[in-house]
Amino acid sequence: MKKLVFALMLLCGSVGVSFAQQTLPPAPLAYQQLEDPAQERAAQALMETLRCLKCQSQSIADSDAPMAGDMRHQVRSRIAAGEEPEAIRAWLVERYGDYVSYAPTVSETTWPLFAVPLLLLLVAGLILWRRLRAKS
Amino acid sequence: MSNFRLWIPLGLFALFLGVAAYQLTQPKDEFVVSTMIGKPIPDFALRPSHPDRPGLTINDLTDGKPKLLNIWASWCLPCIAEAPHLETLKRQGAEIVGVAIRDRPEDVARFLARHGNPYSKIGADDLSEVQLSIGSSGVPETFVIDGNGVIQHQHIGDVRAEHVPILLRELAEAGQ
Repeated sequence: MKKLVFALMLLCGSVGVSFAQQTLPPAPLAYQQLEDPAQERAAQALMETLRCLKCQSQSIADSDAPMAGDMRHQVRSRIAAGEEPEAIRAWLVERYGDYVSYAPTVSETTWPLFAVPLLLLLVAGLILWRRLRAKS
Repeated sequence: MSNFRLWIPLGLFALFLGVAAYQLTQPKDEFVVSTMIGKPIPDFALRPSHPDRPGLTINDLTDGKPKLLNIWASWCLPCIAEAPHLETLKRQGAEIVGVAIRDRPEDVARFLARHGNPYSKIGADDLSEVQLSIGSSGVPETFVIDGNGVIQHQHIGDVRAEHVPILLRELAEAGQ
């Protein structure tokens, strides 16, 4: 019974929140493409590699969260103003850390991710070479 | 010897399973911590969000007096829960300025009439621009800002009774 009441409360809560969030229209460039197709392509490519902070498994291009809309507005308006996509990414990384970017980078903490597969390939090659040599 | 070496892959696999099982039992940390702590708040100017209170600009945060900057919204449920604790902070001498995210003035007014108004100034951040510029990823969040507009501390989530002394201490440290 307690669980049911709790579930109901959650349901009412989420409905209340989503209803209340609708009161302000989305940011102008949240769902509005840029007029210049090249700029829109650049914006889209960048938005697909930026993490939605409210819904952390989606990119801001995929998310309908109001905050993702505000981030899309930020990206599109900056690109329309002539800013480079990587400068916008850097601006966000400065505020939220690498976490906000899906683009893989080699850094102090991530280099093993790139080094280990190479190392494994090397070891596999070495084993193969030794076996083949032993056979012949 | 070779018998023993045969078990190594299985051992490694068991170790991997163990680590994975342990990680599964750990609560998920969904907080995105701002990397702007220790850095100055970028320039901004927000229009008033409530007829009784002025809006908020960078000049209000660089007047030499440390403040609490509360990121909130009338549509945010945890903001209701933290309202009485913000009131306590204000009573204990903290100056709190508000940034209302994606909010209409009438909703702000209704929220403040119902849950109290601890804010000396409230700026309307309709496009989450100030929120994004200081690395905040949700509502509510509370930042401790020193007298020069430099972010000293970030509190993520609603302020509860046990956080009041922590925020007061951070505020006192920011004033030194």
